[in-house]
Amino acid sequence: MPTTPPPDDVATSDASLALSAWGDRIFKGLLVASALAAPALLVALLWQLLSGAAPAIGAFGFSFITDSIWDPVAEKFGALPLVFGTLLTSFLALLLAVPLSLGVAIYLTEFAPERIRQPIAMVIELLAAIPSVVYGLWGIFVMIPILQSSVYPFLEANFGWLPIFQGPIYGPSVLSASLILTIMVMPFIMSVAREVLLAVPAGQREAATALGATRWEAVTTAIVPYAKSGIVGAIILGLGRALGETMAVTMLIGNRHDIAASLFAPGYSMAAVIANEFAEAGLGTLHASALTYVALILFAVTVLVNAAARLMIWRMNRGAGK
Amino acid sequence: MTPPVRATLAAGARSTDATPAKGAAAVEATDFCFWYGANQALFDLSLAFDAKAVTAIIGPSGCGKSTFLRCINRMNLLIPGTRAAGELCVEGRPVYDPAIDLVAHRLRVGMVFQRANPFPKSIFANVAYGPTLNALVSKRDMPDVVEQCLRRAALWDEVKDRLDAPATGLSGGQQQRLCIARALANSPSVLLMDEPCSALDPIATQKVEELIFELRQDFTIIIVTHNMQQAARVAQRTAFFEAGRLVEYGETDQIFTAPAKERTEAYITGRFG
Ligand SMILES: Nc1ncnc2c1ncn2[C@@H]1O[C@H](COP(=O)(O)OP(=O)(O)OP(=O)(O)O)[C@@H](O)[C@H]1O
Ligand SMILES: [Mg+2]
Repeated sequence: MPTTPPPDDVATSDASLALSAWGDRIFKGLLVASALAAPALLVALLWQLLSGAAPAIGAFGFSFITDSIWDPVAEKFGALPLVFGTLLTSFLALLLAVPLSLGVAIYLTEFAPERIRQPIAMVIELLAAIPSVVYGLWGIFVMIPILQSSVYPFLEANFGWLPIFQGPIYGPSVLSASLILTIMVMPFIMSVAREVLLAVPAGQREAATALGATRWEAVTTAIVPYAKSGIVGAIILGLGRALGETMAVTMLIGNRHDIAASLFAPGYSMAAVIANEFAEAGLGTLHASALTYVALILFAVTVLVNAAARLMIWRMNRGAGK
Repeated sequence: MTPPVRATLAAGARSTDATPAKGAAAVEATDFCFWYGANQALFDLSLAFDAKAVTAIIGPSGCGKSTFLRCINRMNLLIPGTRAAGELCVEGRPVYDPAIDLVAHRLRVGMVFQRANPFPKSIFANVAYGPTLNALVSKRDMPDVVEQCLRRAALWDEVKDRLDAPATGLSGGQQQRLCIARALANSPSVLLMDEPCSALDPIATQKVEELIFELRQDFTIIIVTHNMQQAARVAQRTAFFEAGRLVEYGETDQIFTAPAKERTEAYITGRFG
């Protein structure tokens, strides 16, 4: 009986090699395509924004950013109060949120009893996942009444000599928006800072302790400096969220196109004006173009802030040789 | 600026130090026991370490060498649920006395770890860390102190031109010598070393060993090692631990050539099991 020759090992493995080479090629193609998709999307977005804003850029040019009048009926648009409102609320939010969040993160990783570390960390993660409209509602129905009845009058009575705490007390105001932003960005900064602190090698703490550092000194002179760049990253994440936050700010800032010295006065922000007015601005009108111009500025501010932060992290890491 | 209270305490503690003479016991354990939670890691250890000499601790993995070393500067306290019993004295002071000034104690007892752990700061800042933190040295004298410590750690010639460079850019062996320099900067009298060469190549190891041999003139050195040749090269006396107990302790020569206990012989000849 003629025996069939044993299957040719070389041939089969060649075939499967060829097949896997094809598979490799397809896989690689997919990866390259998805890697290119992100920059392509960015370019397309920028192009859309630029072409949409072109009429407004043509009409107002650079003075758009320095003018304060916003009159859709007369078709006069100036975005200064919006840029100011966005930057001020984000700045105030970070001013309050950064020390608080870092304090909590340090407490959770270094000082809290072992039992409560995980539960609290989980609650913080949950807070980060709450939709912003829910924060907005809570702000209007719970936070503002409390602020209006006790906190703001207290501030006015004791710090009223400062221009920022003068004037009539409105519920919705720059300060209310800043406070809701503070509450919203804190979970982000806390959870990232906590991860970063947890990632510090135990050897750093041991080295400091063995050199005569107390627990607190080990934290301030070894652990936090080691985690520095990661902590800055956490703050940037919070800043990004604060700059772009729309819903809750729209609900709490008061939506008045104005720059006031007092934090009790209502204001406006870039994201809020876009959310409020886009529906009523007819397609192709100068109003719509001005709103797109605002979006372009918001985009630019976010990119700039991120780039500056990255530069800072890079400088810091170079200094530390990491 | 007024120095922190603690620094004066530390300095005071140091100045009244009658540094023990060569040959006297610098570290002495008597029936010392230690627990991680419910697990006992050290059992009734009684041994004394000579001042100004190198003593090696050898033994199989998990026998409690690191644990014992970390008991001496109380680093084990960083782990919750630990407990110690018995006596452990450094230069006559009971280490587990609740009233001990821990910071002053850790200034007296320096430690070098298995993995070099420099801070991500400059070379200078690494060495200056301890003296700055504890206000032991004025800012004006700091460069001299840093130079002195780097010289003693046999690192000065390699780094003198780049003291401001990040310490993390040094090689593994240089980093370990930097960590030794950093420990010396607190001018401790006892130096604990937990497998200081286990992450180093042979040449870097040789350098560190030579350094240890030099340092024994001025410091009481207790070194944990898995490398028996290393113990034979650097240590005057050697202690053999097994399962949390002291099996044998004596002159290094005697331990390696004529061990009195069968377990010791089995371990050093590699017939361990
Ligand atoms: N943090 C800890 N928590 C609980 N048990 C520990 C801890 N560290 C060590 N142990 C236990 O204590 C015992 C002694 O460990 P130790 O690290 O002192 O051994 P070692 O002799 O240094 O070993 P090696 O040579 O591997 O470094 C081991 O049984 C170990 O499991
Ligand atoms: Mg060990």
